[in-house]
Amino acid sequence: MIMPVILWTDALIFLLVAIVTGFALYARGKPHLRAPWHHVMCSRLGSMAVVILCAYIIIGLLDSLHYRPAIENSDASAETHYAVEVLSVLDVLVGPLRTRTEKTYSAPFATQLFSRETVQHPDGSQTRKYPRLEYGGRHLENPAADARADILQRSGIALTQTLAAGLAVLLLITLWQARRRQLAFMASLRDILARRTAVPWLIILITLSVLLLLTFLAINLATAYHVLGTDKVGEDVFYQTLKSIRTGLVIGTLTTLIMLPFAIFMGILAGYARGWIDDLIQYLYTTLNSIPGILLIAAAILMLQVYMANHPDAFETTLERADIRLLFLCIILGITSWTGLCRLLRGESLKLREAEYIQAATAFGVRHSKIISRHILPNVMHIVLITVVLDFSGLVLAEAVLSYVGVGVDPTMNSWGNMINSARLEMAREPVVWWSLLAAFLFMFTLVLAANLFSDAVRDAFDPRLRQR
Amino acid sequence: MKQPLLQLANLSARIGTGPRAIRPVDDVSFTINKGETFALLGESGCGKSMTALSILRLLPQPHGRISGGQVKLEGTDLTALPEVEMRQVRGRRIAMIFQEPMTSLNPVLTVGDQIGEMLQQHLQMKGTAKLNRVLELLDAVGIPDVKRRYTEYPHQLSGGMKQRVMIAIALAGEPDLLIADEPTTALDVTIQAQVLELLQQLQRDTHMAILLITHDLGIVAGMADRVAVMYAGQLVEEASRDCFFTDARHPYSLRLFESLPNVDKRDHALKTIPGFVPVLDRDFSGCRFAERCEQAWDTCRTQAPSWDITTDHHHVRCHLADRNITPPARTARDDTPLAHATPGTGTGASLLEVRDLKVHFPIHKGVFKRVVGQVYAVDGVSLEIPEGHTQALVGESGCGKTTVGKGILQLLRPTAGSVQFDNTELTQLKGERLRRRRTDFQFIFQDPYSSMNPRMRVGDIVEEGMIAQDIGNSSQQRRQRVDELFVQVGLSPENAHRYPHEFSGGQRQRICIARALAVNPRLIICDEPTSALDISVQAQILNLLKQLQNELGLSYLFITHNLSVVSYLADRVAVMYLGRIVEEGPVASVLEEPLHPYTRVLLSAVPQIDQDTRREIIRLEGDMPSPANPPGGCHFHPRCPDAMPGCRERYPGETGTADHRVHCFLHQ
Repeated sequence: MIMPVILWTDALIFLLVAIVTGFALYARGKPHLRAPWHHVMCSRLGSMAVVILCAYIIIGLLDSLHYRPAIENSDASAETHYAVEVLSVLDVLVGPLRTRTEKTYSAPFATQLFSRETVQHPDGSQTRKYPRLEYGGRHLENPAADARADILQRSGIALTQTLAAGLAVLLLITLWQARRRQLAFMASLRDILARRTAVPWLIILITLSVLLLLTFLAINLATAYHVLGTDKVGEDVFYQTLKSIRTGLVIGTLTTLIMLPFAIFMGILAGYARGWIDDLIQYLYTTLNSIPGILLIAAAILMLQVYMANHPDAFETTLERADIRLLFLCIILGITSWTGLCRLLRGESLKLREAEYIQAATAFGVRHSKIISRHILPNVMHIVLITVVLDFSGLVLAEAVLSYVGVGVDPTMNSWGNMINSARLEMAREPVVWWSLLAAFLFMFTLVLAANLFSDAVRDAFDPRLRQR
Repeated sequence: MKQPLLQLANLSARIGTGPRAIRPVDDVSFTINKGETFALLGESGCGKSMTALSILRLLPQPHGRISGGQVKLEGTDLTALPEVEMRQVRGRRIAMIFQEPMTSLNPVLTVGDQIGEMLQQHLQMKGTAKLNRVLELLDAVGIPDVKRRYTEYPHQLSGGMKQRVMIAIALAGEPDLLIADEPTTALDVTIQAQVLELLQQLQRDTHMAILLITHDLGIVAGMADRVAVMYAGQLVEEASRDCFFTDARHPYSLRLFESLPNVDKRDHALKTIPGFVPVLDRDFSGCRFAERCEQAWDTCRTQAPSWDITTDHHHVRCHLADRNITPPARTARDDTPLAHATPGTGTGASLLEVRDLKVHFPIHKGVFKRVVGQVYAVDGVSLEIPEGHTQALVGESGCGKTTVGKGILQLLRPTAGSVQFDNTELTQLKGERLRRRRTDFQFIFQDPYSSMNPRMRVGDIVEEGMIAQDIGNSSQQRRQRVDELFVQVGLSPENAHRYPHEFSGGQRQRICIARALAVNPRLIICDEPTSALDISVQAQILNLLKQLQNELGLSYLFITHNLSVVSYLADRVAVMYLGRIVEEGPVASVLEEPLHPYTRVLLSAVPQIDQDTRREIIRLEGDMPSPANPPGGCHFHPRCPDAMPGCRERYPGETGTADHRVHCFLHQ
């Protein structure tokens, strides 16, 4: 028996997913809404970025399905009790990664600890040596000699699996394309391999294969080794980075979800209504803009900490506390970052309200609310979209910086910022413990790069000035 | 035989690659001699500008390229020159001026610097020599007070001044050939007359040749020595000016003449050219004009006509002009006018009565946005439109004609005055009551491209007004009405599901008309509805407006600067200058016997095709003053050729007959 737990951020994430899905369904029937997205998929870098982002999003979504497992109880009649620990579907999928903690630091693929320890032998003598890891390479008889061969063998298996899976995907894509475009199977295959299709399927396939290879490598190796080492308390770093994905995505997306209503409503209102409403909104955002953002964030987070310290019983689990703090961070980041988009939208609405089709609508006696929703909003959406996608990577990076400064997410929460923060001390050690930082860097870098490439493709597709006829 | 200055031999250009490449210029050959003006005439999309850009090798990069033929400038093939030498040709041997003077000048450099740059580049002039030459050039293009203008920035100049500066820049390199791409299309008629006169005078002084690209037959008649008509990337006719205007042979050229509106065609529908210029991305087997030509027969569709038929340097690309081909016996050409329009149908009861309408815009300055002045955009306009009549409102840009239209419709709330529509005072109406009343009066905008929301289907666009005014009970009923409207304006109802960008300019204007008709208005204010359209499309729209007036008894307030359209369509005309009406009366009497000097100037500035009726152009000095600071006395006196001392003192009152009013001391 399990008890599903819906955290605040989970709820908002699924709300966002519902909005996106709803829009996708709505856009299916509208050629002018579909065309730019098709354009995004047709650009090579864009399609590559989409595949990578999808991989991140899937991990993030899996990590957002939370529950509390029931505690084993011999007494069947008694009320079921649930564990204090909140788990997610991702935790189940990665299985042992979460529980297999070593004593302390160990390097990637190591079979023994990173530092020497004094070991007491049964005969009472003591030696200082590198003790074997409890889990990493446990299956090996003679780790020093066999590890290399074992890793190679496992990699070989992963490669074979990737090839098989890759071929299967190619087959599926080809069949789907052949059916859609009424082509023979071989003709469709030739088109895809010769890159004669509008959507660069070959590029998508290659990116997907690389991702599959990484997945299979992880499946084969991470079960037997700590592929990215362990941290100070012996937790698997690979597991930490996977868990950090959700934090990064939540910060990047929920912040926008929170700021969008402000920015869109206020921006369009200021531009359309003009007069004193415009003045008021302008003063509001100029004031807000001139307060240093970090000051507001620090103040808000400290206030929340005080509140949580005074009301310990308001939160059932530690994860809930961390989650509230994450949500608060999103809100405060959203409040400080809506001004940029608002300003853009005000300018665009000022321009649009003078457009002849708006005047024509006024001449027909169309109501203001309808003019805003039918004429202005659809014509500023490209700006909203471009800003949102561009802001995303900035917010992911901002989380890292804020956590480093100490006003970011809860220290108990897995996040790239916290990993980098702890790496501050690790980098000062001799010899250097480098893997935490590297792991955080790699995962964050890939996400931000993909997001940036994606936003470039989106801007090319949506910005009327850049769009080529 | 002397060598021609410029010789184009079978020039072709391509944009894009592959079988679907656009061929905007296809096998074009012509020659331009020293000192002559060669006019290239045609509708938009026919490749006129592309021909000019090909000559200078300035085709849009990276997709455009010259795919064949030669451009010889005094024997040198420009297509074979390396880019470095080509730069010596551009500006020095061949200079170009563009259509839009507003965007062709760099806004952050002074006028003097921009002209000086050319002198330094091509003539290596420096220091005082350069300065003196710039002043000379500015003087040559007729800019007053050159010393001051030298240090001014483009935004401080008016449109006409900017175009003069553009011409000065073009002249700086002392070119042998000046390519003028629609040099006056963006300018008012009086300014256009000034600029054209300047070009002619400069040509007399410097003996340069001019390649004049235009769509205006009147300009061609006044300027050109030789004329070439371009259609779908090819020349279809080339002749000397006199030959062309007396003996045009190609059906396309003839149709261009016929689709021009004027007084004589008043009672008839204008001849139009059906269809559009074909997309130039394919091979043509027959004549390119065959689809739109009513004289076409089978040969036209299968065999491309040749170009080499010559009678006294008169080339025509048409089978009709080919002596070796006998056209089939003509079925009697349908010469009966399509729809007889009877002017001034309707009851004659007054529908709209505008009294002393004023629209002022306050000028705010400083931190507290204090009002420091007023722009007197409309300053006391009175009009009366009876039911079923067309009132035209003419004037140059900036005189406030559009503001009058918007003020009547309460899109801009008037500062003072009254607007009585069918005995309702519109200026007093507010909120819901005004919104309800909007069904009676509609607006058609100048630019059909920007007056429709690009993200809505045209069916929804037309339906929008009906929903807002609760016309039609169900969406099914409304859809049916939309279909009817589409048929009424000459479009297929299936088009309702398409988006605005899928239509051509003329079709979009039809949709805009359908949208206006959707709420069953009684008055439509047309704000230059045809100025963004080609001549043949303009004829279609004018026909449609006239036909709708006959069928539905609509009244029009037709705002325009095109006097020939006025003479064709309107019953009465009002001439506006600087926010006030200076003359108002029946079309015939205002256009035939203008009383106000400004009306006379406007009429004289319109380029005329017919040599005999061409009037002496009355030169108008300077530009229109700013409406924020109108001159004292009669607004027109600083520019008026007949100004008297009394004109400076006070504004002239209304005189003339009840039917033909004028504000001028000449007629007190």
